[in-house]
Amino acid sequence: MLDLLNIILFCCLATVGYVAGRFAEQRHYRFIRSRERELADVLVFASRFPVLPHADKQVLVAGSVVISEDYFKRMVSGLQSLFGGRLKSYESLVDRARREAVLRMKEEARAQGARMIFNVKFQTFSIPGKNRNSGGAVEVLAYGTGLVRPA
Amino acid sequence: MMVSNLEIVPGRRVVKHLGLVQGSTVRAKNVGKDLLASLKNIVGGELKSYTELLHEARKEATERMMEQAQAIGANAILNVRFSTSSITQGAAELLAYGTAVVLE
Repeated sequence: MLDLLNIILFCCLATVGYVAGRFAEQRHYRFIRSRERELADVLVFASRFPVLPHADKQVLVAGSVVISEDYFKRMVSGLQSLFGGRLKSYESLVDRARREAVLRMKEEARAQGARMIFNVKFQTFSIPGKNRNSGGAVEVLAYGTGLVRPA
Repeated sequence: MMVSNLEIVPGRRVVKHLGLVQGSTVRAKNVGKDLLASLKNIVGGELKSYTELLHEARKEATERMMEQAQAIGANAILNVRFSTSSITQGAAELLAYGTAVVLE
C-alpha cells in the first residue's frame, strides 16, 4: 500500500514538474527574448580594453539570477547520466540563467546611464540541495564595467 | 571610490599602486527560505530569495573591499573579480578582490 502511494506521489510530482516546468520555461524564454530586443542598444563587449578614449565615468555593473531545476528535469537527468552524453534539460536551464543574468546587468547599466559594458565575465555557481532528492539550483553572475559617456 | 573591472581608466593615469584588496562574507540560507526553495524545486524556475541573498552578500563583500581600499588611501579599485565557493552544505562564501590604486 505504501509502495503504491509512493509511486502515485512520484508520478504526480513528475507530471506537475513537467507541465509547470515547461510552462515556466517557455514563458521565461518569451520574456528573455522580448527584453533582449528592448535592451539591444546596450552593447556588451568581452574585450578588456574600452574603445572609447574619453569616457569619464566607470561603473561596475552586475546581474545575477538563481534558477532551480524542476522535478521532471531532475528525474530525466538522473536516468540520462547513466548513459552519459548531452543533458538537454540542463542546457536550457543554464542558458536561461546566463541570458537572464546578462539582461539584468544591461538593465543596471542602463539605469546608471551606461550604454557600453566592457570586460564582461561570467561566473557560475551551483547551489547544492540538502540531499539527493531535494534538487539543486544554479547561480549565474555576469559583471562588467559600464562606461558612462560625459554629457 | 571608483570600482571597475577594467585594467585601465581611459584618460586617467595610475600614479600609485597599492596592491591587492579584498572583501568577503560567508552567508547561510535560513530554514524558511530553504523550505520555500525546496517547494519551488518541484516546478522549477527562479529562486528569488536566493538571488536576493547572494546579491546582498556580494554587495557586502564589495563594500568591505572598498573599506579596505579606503583605509590604505586608494581612490580606485581596478580589475575587480568576484568568486563564489561553497564552504559547507547551505553556506557560501562570496569574495570580491581587486587592485587598489591611486589615480591622478
